[in-house]
Amino acid sequence: MASATTLAAVGEVGKGFFHERTTQSCQAKPSHLFCWDWAREHIDRYGTPTLQQFELVAISVVLGFTVAFALALLAHRRRWLRPPLLAGTGVLYAVPSVAFFLLLLPITGRGRETAIIALSAYTLQIIYRNVTVGLGNVPESAKDAARGMGMTKRQILWRVELPLAIPEIIGGLRIATVSTVAIATLAVFAHAGGLGTQIYGEANLHFPTSIIIAGGIAMLMALTFDAILLTIQRFSTPWRRVRSS
Amino acid sequence: MSAMPVLASFGGAFEFIFTPQRSNVTGGNGVGGIHQVVELALTQLEVTVLAMALALVIALPAGLYFGHRGTGELLAIGLGNAGRAVPELALIALMAAVIGVGLLNLTVALAILGIPPILTNTFVGIREVDRASVEAARGIGMTEFEIVRKVEAPMAIPSIFTGIRTATINIVATATIAPLAGVATLGEFIIGENVYGDNGVLAGAILVALLALALEFGLAAIQRRLTSKGLKLTPV
Repeated sequence: MASATTLAAVGEVGKGFFHERTTQSCQAKPSHLFCWDWAREHIDRYGTPTLQQFELVAISVVLGFTVAFALALLAHRRRWLRPPLLAGTGVLYAVPSVAFFLLLLPITGRGRETAIIALSAYTLQIIYRNVTVGLGNVPESAKDAARGMGMTKRQILWRVELPLAIPEIIGGLRIATVSTVAIATLAVFAHAGGLGTQIYGEANLHFPTSIIIAGGIAMLMALTFDAILLTIQRFSTPWRRVRSS
Repeated sequence: MSAMPVLASFGGAFEFIFTPQRSNVTGGNGVGGIHQVVELALTQLEVTVLAMALALVIALPAGLYFGHRGTGELLAIGLGNAGRAVPELALIALMAAVIGVGLLNLTVALAILGIPPILTNTFVGIREVDRASVEAARGIGMTEFEIVRKVEAPMAIPSIFTGIRTATINIVATATIAPLAGVATLGEFIIGENVYGDNGVLAGAILVALLALALEFGLAAIQRRLTSKGLKLTPV
């Protein structure tokens, strides 16, 4: 019932948007690809969706990273866990996000929690696989040297193996984050807000300007996240820079 | 959040899948049911296969070529990264709003999503093939084409298939919102919420998930068959 009234409300607002738009200068050319006048006047409309999208991505990636990282460390100690964990995260990765949102509806209802659960489940496979690969690529000689220095298993993990695996770990984080920004536009189907609200919906679907602005912001957000993570990767592996210069 | 309403929701969804339900909107006409389900599922499979075929025809030869030559790394890797940042919803909506709706337009839009992962993974897979193997093949007199076909491609199968599977997952997932582009896939139950009701939405979600998983498991099985026995023996 609640969702029906919400939808009706959204519909009303949508009609308002549409009416408002058709009275603008773009009306002359309905097939107008991008209407600068409208964009200038309505750019503030994208503030809240952008912020919602940012929150969805940040929370989902942090949550996904925490779980995937813990699973990878567990699998690092107990090898037999690797095949089932890879298969399990693979299944979660393969389920389309829209379906995932809606499958959670009877359990968690509509809203942000639903979107965050589905989005973070999606990141598990990418991050888990990269952490595992990163730890697997650590040269045996480095571990031997650490053992020779008298380090315990735990010290070897945190001071030798994980630092050496940073490039792969952050590589996975970059892929996961960029994909999540793109997919979070679909959170509109979970009624979780985000930039998808400015793309989906009666009025927006026939109005390229809004699709381009919202899609553009999403791509820009993805590339910004990517650049930030790349910078972190550079700074956290100073030995690599020395070698390459 | 007790178990009963949750079970009832899923029960309603399964009922929707197998027998047509009455809808408040269509004026007594039944919606859902196994016939409509099969029809929509086949359409979704059709656009997925068409888009994958188009993406493969473009991306696979390009990845093999650039990977073998060892050039175009910036393009192959950059395209993969950029492709991931494209919001699927915006791509489909923009295409529908600007170019128009229909099966052909949708196929092209979906293929655009499939090209980057195939190209990047094929490129990386070929580049990572041991150069000594390639030199040995050249030494026994193989042509460049034979080297690609008999040495590099078989050894790059795991990486190429990672790309194909990622592309398929993206495409079949995005085909869910194809009704926005005027093609009725299983997403019809989801997008047409007003017509199909809560049972329809949940049924759509279940069916889309099953279809995607079936494709994923199918491709994994094909990958196992295509991977040469010699490669399976060596732990990667």
